[in-house]
Amino acid sequence: MWLELERISKSFGTCRAVDALSVQLPQGAIACLLGPSGCGKTTVLRCVAGFESVDHGEIRIQQRVLSQPGRSVPPQQRRIGMVFQDYALFPHLTVWDNVAFGLHALPVGMRAERTAQMLEAVGLHEQRRRYPHELSGGQQQRVALARALAPQPELLLLDEPFSSLDVELRQRLSVEVRNLLKGLNTTALLVTHDQEEAFAVADLVGVMREGRLEQWDSPYDLYHRPATRFVADFVGEGVFVRGTVIEANAVQTPIGLIRAAAHRQWPAGSSVDLLLRPDDVIHDDASELRAEICQRAFRGAEFLYTLRMPDGTQLLSLVPSHHDHSLGERIGIRIEPDHMVAFAT
Amino acid sequence: MLLCLPALIPLAVIAAALVAPDREVWSHLSRFVLPEVTWTSLQLMVAVGVISGVLGTTLAWLTAMCEFPGRRFFDWALLLPLAMPAYVLAFVAVGFLDYSGPFQSWVRAWLGSSRWVPPVRSLGGAVLVLSLSLYPYVYLLARSAFLTQGRRALEAAQTLGYAPRQAAWRVGLPMARPWIAAGVALVCMETLADFGAVSVFGVNTFTTAIYRAWFGLFSIRGALQLAAVLMVFVLLAVVLERYSRAAPRFASARDGGRDQRRYPLSRLGATLACGLACGTFVVAFAAPMLQLIAWSVQRAAGDLDMRYLGFVARSLTLAGTAAVLIVSIGVLLAYIQRRAATPIASGAIRMATLGYAIPGTVLAVGILVPVIWFKNLVQAWLRGWLGSDAPALLLQGTLLTVLLAYLARFLAVGFNPVDTGLQRVTRNIDEAAVGMGVSGVALLRRVHLPLLRTSIATAAILVFVDVMKEMPITLIARPFGWDTLAVRVFEMTSEGQWERAALPAAVIVIAGLLPVALLTRRSSHVA
Repeated sequence: MWLELERISKSFGTCRAVDALSVQLPQGAIACLLGPSGCGKTTVLRCVAGFESVDHGEIRIQQRVLSQPGRSVPPQQRRIGMVFQDYALFPHLTVWDNVAFGLHALPVGMRAERTAQMLEAVGLHEQRRRYPHELSGGQQQRVALARALAPQPELLLLDEPFSSLDVELRQRLSVEVRNLLKGLNTTALLVTHDQEEAFAVADLVGVMREGRLEQWDSPYDLYHRPATRFVADFVGEGVFVRGTVIEANAVQTPIGLIRAAAHRQWPAGSSVDLLLRPDDVIHDDASELRAEICQRAFRGAEFLYTLRMPDGTQLLSLVPSHHDHSLGERIGIRIEPDHMVAFAT
Repeated sequence: MLLCLPALIPLAVIAAALVAPDREVWSHLSRFVLPEVTWTSLQLMVAVGVISGVLGTTLAWLTAMCEFPGRRFFDWALLLPLAMPAYVLAFVAVGFLDYSGPFQSWVRAWLGSSRWVPPVRSLGGAVLVLSLSLYPYVYLLARSAFLTQGRRALEAAQTLGYAPRQAAWRVGLPMARPWIAAGVALVCMETLADFGAVSVFGVNTFTTAIYRAWFGLFSIRGALQLAAVLMVFVLLAVVLERYSRAAPRFASARDGGRDQRRYPLSRLGATLACGLACGTFVVAFAAPMLQLIAWSVQRAAGDLDMRYLGFVARSLTLAGTAAVLIVSIGVLLAYIQRRAATPIASGAIRMATLGYAIPGTVLAVGILVPVIWFKNLVQAWLRGWLGSDAPALLLQGTLLTVLLAYLARFLAVGFNPVDTGLQRVTRNIDEAAVGMGVSGVALLRRVHLPLLRTSIATAAILVFVDVMKEMPITLIARPFGWDTLAVRVFEMTSEGQWERAALPAAVIVIAGLLPVALLTRRSSHVA
């Protein structure tokens, strides 16, 4: 493994910001720590960067120990690049000088070559004589990225790298950044509270809650096979429906018998909360199961309807937007989850 | 526009003197006065600028970014010298260190001779005293720059392979450069404007030359010419200050609050830091303050009579009237700026608040010259009208002219806090209030006044104390016999009676502590 965090903990006073967190990252992988604000994800990043020491556990890159309780390699000797949330560009230096800043160990000629190469890679060679405040937010972000990548760090850390950009730019840049990092085969760890960002950039996503890692998985599995109720709630939308397990892949609920592929063997008769994602509830006029529309949110390509079943249970359903139904209307639905995601009550 | 006139007229008068110099006076000045005065002023300005720049920046870096014993105390204590006008520090230093003072007496008693002690009343002495009393400007600005620029940029430098000390040098200092430059520019302006301290040291600068031309030689034209040349220098400092303000400021306060973790210093480093802060504080404030108190107590019995109460009463009257007048006009201007922000109006306001940069001696001359001209004009006209029965007008040397000159000099002090306060009352707040049916006078009373109260109070206190400390304008433009505390200090020091100057000076310093307390309260909010 390239980067290893082994059961690291960090407390500030009585507040335990990181609690026995372990992560392993292979070379070239892009990973993301996802979680609500205050879950300790930024602290993890700062521990890896070396700005915080660890109380317990160990941080290693390529078997080289960077942090241990009582011993910490200073940030400037770690060969770790970092992109800060506010970019922290040096306002008194031009774009060129910002990118060249970390190359002080190189001879002058190589320094210029490397700087030009990085600016080319992020498409800012034309703006090299400008100052940071003369650039747009997206351009500043790319300067920050080029600056962090220029010294060829062994690991790149990104702290909420897209949070100060508007939505459209965020989506475009997250794809660009992923392509750039993959092109350079850079190992990277980012933190964010925005799942779309996490899914767009990362190969592996860890969901954090109160200093603990809830699940460490691919984006697909996080969405479709959440390990904990918190992950199920935090990632994507959905509702829980109370039911009783009849057999491995069938749950009896107030709205009917629901069948899905099961990944876990629940004993028959156990009471569970079944997760139903909006895409599990399919609009079908032919179905006998009827639901009343009590809220609708237009999302362009589709509607997100909140439905009320005859017994009062509420469901979410994603419906192509040419099915324009009004509030109070009753529509036919089918409930067809791909996977059985259930949690004990 | 009209409200800006008192500030604009002196500028115009001085500018006219520069554009159309009187040849005879000019040739005399340029041969006998200007070379010496220019050279001295220039030396003084550069030396004070450099020393206070280095001292202020170093202290700011230490208290803002490092940890050493006593840091919390020195954080605000290093601002205290702001309360002590340079002329007070000057006469205390001279009184203490001069040939007949306690220091050299001890030296003689112990070593037999004090000939090796360098003369205090010299350019070097003036440089040291002015640097010690003006460094807080640099300290204050540099400190807030260091505090608000946050640790991110320094951390970024660290991830790029720089050790903390290199990061400070390569990133922290350059980022704070605009603020440091602004602080040094302020110091330069104050140095050029200083009259009290240089006259104690017997150093010939523009301000003392203007004073002598006015009172000693009774040469209005000479004073005017000198003032005009001085203004050229001041404008250079103003341009530097405005330029460094206009330079992009990049502070991001949002992460400033979170990690106020400071660099721990090595044992030696911490000792040196503590020593420097302690030494500065003692030399610039604590020791002179103690000396002032000692002298005051010594002399209080003899001097504390009705006449003394008169100085206090006159100082208070003058400062109080000026505060009310200037702040009222400041509020009016701030509202004009808000309501009808035409380019002409805001340009005029900007020009009018420039008065703070103009040395008091220049302003006094610039106000008195047109006043005398106006008086002569009216008197001639009256005489033509009424014959010899016309009453003799006395406009110069009335409180009105003094107040006009104060208005010109301190308008910025009264205007800026109110203006920033008013900028916080956004148009949306107004519109929200109007939407709820509160408008007109009720809007002012129920919304604006509560929001502006502290700004107005701050402005009033600042003006009040500045007028208390003010020396040259009061000295030149005051009515005959209208002695204030500052005038008393000047008279006693010019006779070399340091002990007798101590009591009025102590009162001025104590009044001066007021705005410093305000300032530390506000800057502790930042930290």
